[in-house]
Amino acid sequence: MRERIAGGYDPFVLPFVIGMIFIFIYLFIALIRVFRAMPGSDRKKFFLSLLNPTIMYKNIRDVICDCLLHIKIFKRNALLGYMHASIAFGWFMLIVLGHIEVMLFVPQRNGTLHYPIFYRYFVAEQNATLKGAVFFFLMDFFLLVVLSGIGLAMYKRIRSTALGMRRTTKPCFADRVALWCLWSIFPLRLLAEGFTAGISGGSFLTKPVNMLFANFLGNDMNVLPTWWAYSTALGLFFLALPFSRYMHIPTEVLYIFLRNAGLKIHHPRKGLAEAEIYSCSSCGLCIDACPMNMQKKNLKYSSVYFVRFQRRNNKKKINEIAEKCLMCGKCVALCPVGVDSCGLKQAQRATVTDKLPYNYSFLASAHHQGGGPSMPLAPVSGSATGNEVTANAAAHGAGNATGNAAQSAVGKDKVLYFAGCMTHLTPAIIKSMTTIFDAAKEDYVFADKDGGVCCGRPLMLTGKVTAAKEVIERNREMIQDSGCKTVVLSCPICLKVLKEEYNLKGITLLHHTQYINQLIDQKRIRLNHSEESFVYHDPCELGRGCNIYQEPRNVLSAIGELKKANKEKKESICCGGSLGSLTLNYHDRVKITQESLKALTFDNPDKVITACPLCLKTFSDQSTTPVADIAQAVAGNLK
Amino acid sequence: MATFGYSLTPSSRIDLCKFNQEKWNRLVELESDVLKCMACGSCTASCTAGKFTRTSLRSAILYIQNGQEKQALELVQSCLLCGKCFMVCPRAINTRNLLLSINKIYSVK
Repeated sequence: MRERIAGGYDPFVLPFVIGMIFIFIYLFIALIRVFRAMPGSDRKKFFLSLLNPTIMYKNIRDVICDCLLHIKIFKRNALLGYMHASIAFGWFMLIVLGHIEVMLFVPQRNGTLHYPIFYRYFVAEQNATLKGAVFFFLMDFFLLVVLSGIGLAMYKRIRSTALGMRRTTKPCFADRVALWCLWSIFPLRLLAEGFTAGISGGSFLTKPVNMLFANFLGNDMNVLPTWWAYSTALGLFFLALPFSRYMHIPTEVLYIFLRNAGLKIHHPRKGLAEAEIYSCSSCGLCIDACPMNMQKKNLKYSSVYFVRFQRRNNKKKINEIAEKCLMCGKCVALCPVGVDSCGLKQAQRATVTDKLPYNYSFLASAHHQGGGPSMPLAPVSGSATGNEVTANAAAHGAGNATGNAAQSAVGKDKVLYFAGCMTHLTPAIIKSMTTIFDAAKEDYVFADKDGGVCCGRPLMLTGKVTAAKEVIERNREMIQDSGCKTVVLSCPICLKVLKEEYNLKGITLLHHTQYINQLIDQKRIRLNHSEESFVYHDPCELGRGCNIYQEPRNVLSAIGELKKANKEKKESICCGGSLGSLTLNYHDRVKITQESLKALTFDNPDKVITACPLCLKTFSDQSTTPVADIAQAVAGNLK
Repeated sequence: MATFGYSLTPSSRIDLCKFNQEKWNRLVELESDVLKCMACGSCTASCTAGKFTRTSLRSAILYIQNGQEKQALELVQSCLLCGKCFMVCPRAINTRNLLLSINKIYSVK
């Protein structure tokens, strides 16, 4: 291997070098902006996280899996995953190998920006040196990988369904410029290296290209123009990068570091949010994910467009989308980058709603009022009613077994049952829960028997954070004063906010699905296995919100046959009743409810089972299949 | 002041000239569902905050239409936005957005 061009420079590298210098300066300034907008405590937290080996390991793993290999997309659709991974990983390897070549063969050129990229123009390879041939082979191989990815990307423009996407993002102008540059970079590289392959050597891809063109094109005359074109495409790409979606390539790495450091969004457009906004790759997976998008007119409310308008700071559009969103979290769950668009929208809503007046002075008096949640909490003993005694004689043995397993949370202390506002609209759930408590001989306290104060989650979702804090503080006192160490909730909306905002140390929070599952495991209740078949609807706040997928399925398998839904777990479709959306009207919600029911009943189950009073109420109005809460199903099958 | 064991009740006169058409139009623009309200009172009956203090969307809408904005605001400021009224509304009014919109428009002095 020897240098072919003395001085290691040719004017054609200029477009690339200019683009590169521009992008470095831009990124440096952007990085400072992100850190300056962050609260000091967050900055400290971030720098400390860099010293933590577990977080560092997570960072490196995430960068490799998410940025380079796109594992998350692979899991959804292999072809789509390959498209993303081949371009990202292939390009990364081309750059790395280029640098290794320079380090090994022309160490005097270390540190130049352009040399590793245009390596083949500047060196000549004698076929005798095997080491160089290995690298030439690898370079050609990864170029082929990238080219196959680009080919798939082009095909995706024509038929996106082939890659598992029904709808794709409409690119904006800067996106188009960058896209054309990106698409032309690699074919141009192949041509450029092909034309020089006769002089500087090549491998299985570039050599045949060289020989092919030698037949009808004079090689030497084409060398410089193609290298110029290649360099210009690269330079243009870098110039367009900050204004296009490809800004996600550098930003995603930063975002992974910030995310793993455990930072939270403080402002809808600054600090962490800025990193988040710019790490959106506009891939459009959130468009198919959004439950609103079964109506074409709602496409414009997709998260990808929300992020795009955030970048442009288009206040009107941002607010419009933020207020429309159901906050079901499906787009966040499916986002390959993990952009928390719901968090961004919540922060955006706060800019409008948090300053609205409110008057919660009644909360203080709610303490003493008869109907209040913290009225002298009267314990209701499960064994009081006579019929349970006869109903479950065999459970006594099981009861002893639980006595041994005293470390278990359930059964050790009194249980606080918090039904929540919505559950009071569906009293069947409360009735079923009391039946179950009685059957399990649980010593429980009904916190909001005559109606309590809202948990604060709806206010949080609306962005009225200050108001929500007052409500939360009030309920927190109530829960702590009760002295109970276990809280059972019937509403996943409450569960989510209790987990995230209440800061209840030493208190176990259980949704009733988890609680019932524990009762079954501890053999405190015995159930009939009926012939009925069920399908389970994952409520947004319970599934994606609190990551509870398995317990309800275990419970349902114990009482009947569990059928699969068309879309379930992470991909379950919102029932349409979500409290997240502010402006979505009833008619649009009904469409979502019907779509969700269609996905649930595709295997003809006897019953649709859900675990959220809001879902139950929403589905009941629309469904032809009977809908029930999981507590109802269990209470109906008690032995 | 001497107390006589009774007092004068405040005037219940409604001055319809105080009705602000401009604000009402803005409210309709933000949430057109307000026009659908038939004042059945389901929202008030199911209200979570209504258990503790007087909260009523139904009355608030009527007060606004009567030009009594201050009274209307007092009735919605204790709202916890829990969404029960939305679930029970027979006219399927998007009550939460309506409540927020009332707050947005009528709290501006």
